[in-house]
Amino acid sequence: MSLNTAQVPGPQPRPRSPAWRRLRGAGGVLLSLVLTMLGLLLVTFIIGRVMPIDPVLKVVGERATQAQYEAARQAMGLDQPLIVQFLTYIGDVLRGDFGRSISTGHPVAEDLRRVFPATLELASLGTLIGVVIGVPLGVVAAANRGRWIDQVARVVALVGYSVPIFWLGLMGLLVFYGILGWVGGPGRQGILFDGMVDTRTGLMLLDTALAGDWPAFRDAFSHIILPASLLGYFSLAYISRMTRSFMLEQLSAEYITTARVKGLPEWRVVWGHAFRNIAIPLTTVIALSFGSLLEGSVLTEIIFSWPGIGSYITKALLAGDMNAVLGGTVVVGTCFVVLNLLSDILYRVLDPRSK
Amino acid sequence: MTLSFSARALLLASALALAPAAYAETPADTLVVAAQIDDIISLDPAQSFEFSGNDVTQNLYDRLVDFDALDLSKGYQPSLAESWQMSEDGLTLTLTMREGVTFQSGNPVRAEDAAWSLQRVVKLNKAPAFILTQFGFTPENVDQMITAEGRTLTIRLDKPYAQSFVLNCLAASNAAVIDKETAMANAQGDDLGNTWLSTNGAGSGPYSLAAWRPNEVVQLVANETYWGGAPAMKRVIVRNVQESSAQRLQLEAGDIDVARNLTPTDVDALAGNPEIKFSEELKGRILYMGLNQKDPLLSQPPVIEAMKYLVDYAGMEASFLKGQWKTHQAFLPEGYLGALEENPWTYDIEKARQILTDAGINGGTVTTKVRDIREYLDVAQSLQNAMAQVGLTLEIEQMTGAQVLDAYRARQVPIFLGEWGPDYADPQTNAGTFAYNPNNADDAGLTGILAWRNAYAVPADMNATVEAAVVEQDTEKRRQMYVDLQKRYQAEAPIIPLFQRVARDGMQANVQNWSTGGSVISAPYKQVTKGE
Repeated sequence: MSLNTAQVPGPQPRPRSPAWRRLRGAGGVLLSLVLTMLGLLLVTFIIGRVMPIDPVLKVVGERATQAQYEAARQAMGLDQPLIVQFLTYIGDVLRGDFGRSISTGHPVAEDLRRVFPATLELASLGTLIGVVIGVPLGVVAAANRGRWIDQVARVVALVGYSVPIFWLGLMGLLVFYGILGWVGGPGRQGILFDGMVDTRTGLMLLDTALAGDWPAFRDAFSHIILPASLLGYFSLAYISRMTRSFMLEQLSAEYITTARVKGLPEWRVVWGHAFRNIAIPLTTVIALSFGSLLEGSVLTEIIFSWPGIGSYITKALLAGDMNAVLGGTVVVGTCFVVLNLLSDILYRVLDPRSK
Repeated sequence: MTLSFSARALLLASALALAPAAYAETPADTLVVAAQIDDIISLDPAQSFEFSGNDVTQNLYDRLVDFDALDLSKGYQPSLAESWQMSEDGLTLTLTMREGVTFQSGNPVRAEDAAWSLQRVVKLNKAPAFILTQFGFTPENVDQMITAEGRTLTIRLDKPYAQSFVLNCLAASNAAVIDKETAMANAQGDDLGNTWLSTNGAGSGPYSLAAWRPNEVVQLVANETYWGGAPAMKRVIVRNVQESSAQRLQLEAGDIDVARNLTPTDVDALAGNPEIKFSEELKGRILYMGLNQKDPLLSQPPVIEAMKYLVDYAGMEASFLKGQWKTHQAFLPEGYLGALEENPWTYDIEKARQILTDAGINGGTVTTKVRDIREYLDVAQSLQNAMAQVGLTLEIEQMTGAQVLDAYRARQVPIFLGEWGPDYADPQTNAGTFAYNPNNADDAGLTGILAWRNAYAVPADMNATVEAAVVEQDTEKRRQMYVDLQKRYQAEAPIIPLFQRVARDGMQANVQNWSTGGSVISAPYKQVTKGE
């Protein structure tokens, strides 16, 4: 996960100024970002091109004659060698042109500006729910190992792991939307609010709050809360199990025995000592969980008619719409790199040794 | 903690039995539709060739002639053209444009706009272009073949086609009349406005485009100055809802007016709800079985004959195809000129066995590719069972739609199970693909023609009949030609039509005049009203 935390022992470098070190650090990060992106694009590009799906047919339609087909193939540049196609694509991207999607007819950049915030909003709220409930659940389960509360936490996590999200999503809609009427239905907004608030960030909760339109905010919240809770539940299952195992490791350490022998109250032993020491690995777990939600949860998006990046990329992939797939890959890849970077920074903040 | 399937079904069923707690209502002047609209790739009439895209352009634009949504059987009616005249020699169609009609931009609708719109279809040569180019138009000659002067639009044809054939094609989606000035003001390079029109509208239709967010929503706003009268529904919102169960829940909750993709299970579940009603329309799509004539087994006439009796038409129609497809064994859908409503075959294992035994055929194996759509797979499995009973083995490979289509166009699908939808409201649209194949050679590359894809060498006289039918000026004679053609086709062709699509849309009881355009056009909204 971590790109730049490994410390390789070697000859002592000449002392440099802190500014130089920061610059070099930033340069390294940038270089690794560029290389990661290039590698990611290359692999995605090759997978997209060797897939037995013909993007030309999507454009010309199945009734097309061979002549129409060939003309479209040439217009799309698919008659060129792979490497030429790839370099042309990279050249366009460097000029800020991600091309036009053949499955939506819109510029890819415009599509991404629309679908990514939808996913970001959902994933953030989902992760928040997962962390707020999952971490304490894991800690409590570890502190009460083998007791009923640990068993309950295990069952909760197990259900999260094993029940298909598709089924749980539909049941959630049925109960909370269909029967109880507590939440809004599929989609990001009710029809009365659609288009009423200007898009600034693309994050519906934020946009409605910025506009001070509280009925619209409530409406957006009522639409996001169910899918976010669903995703939150799945990330909760993962986070709580990981928290529990990290905590068990700490709780069996000698310093904990020492703390207990000193007569510290149990809550301080657990939260003040053991928990502080799992903060670092837990950061990685949370970042990974957030990252996986940012890729978009295709099934959740389908059930809740949520126009996110997961279903966008999947649909594009099945249509051989490589501009859209590659554009989406850049966004998701960047997210992972940024999350990686953030978790590295948090490492330094949380781990006194790294200072 | 993983529940068994039956336990889940029970849970779901028990929860579904409860009535929804809250019942909202959509605004009285707004029509909210839930549908699968993720197939739209362009809103340019010259390019749009997908169901959902055509549903949008149907409402943004008018055509020279249009169908009346409230009575589709009347056939094409005057629209932007108020009258027309075919010349004595059948080679020139002259249309007179309606006066005083304006585009949504305020520009007047002129014969020049109509000529330009048709010319650009030919010049852009996108997927649906063939609907017009079949009259002999090419990018080089179209400026001379289609001309405008004052209120008169003149269309010259390369053969004396039946007037009904030409006008049926002018009612097709891609023959929409576009505002030339607006489109050209937004043209990029020599794209004739294609890029801009892909995401914008420039028509004279009853609705204008307020928003299209791909995979999310299409919003239309009423054209208050529409020449045919302002539509009752001031806003139409079509939301992309993929899941039938989600559409059903929204319908029950009153959040939508119409649900367009309900599965039979959800339709059954809604059946007792007094707030909900259903429309039932026959659509143009035909589900058929194509037997590839390159296959040594499937090219034997007794096998072709036996296969017709190995399809459990009634059984499938009553079970997994219930309410979605009805048995229809001719290539023209009901609602078309010359449609044949006789269904000569029934599910008859004994008869199939006898045909094979008489011909001395003792078994054989076919491996085919089937698209991963539940209905097709169910049909394939039913066929597999029936074939097994007469000693034929069917191996099924599941694939995505794009993969199957690739193989099909390369003539590599032994038994094709899938749909064909007509492209315009004339019988030629199906006759020209099921029963016409001028060159059966591999290198002919007639990839758009179903007969070619199945390597069916259509007999020369059958090809000739198809060609003769489009130039037959006497409509009654023309109708009879198609009836006879289909009877002959049923007797000998290796492409076997099985079912015709039925659209069953669920809607609030107060929605009136809902239509998806039957088997001939896309869904118009201008006639829809909502009662109390």
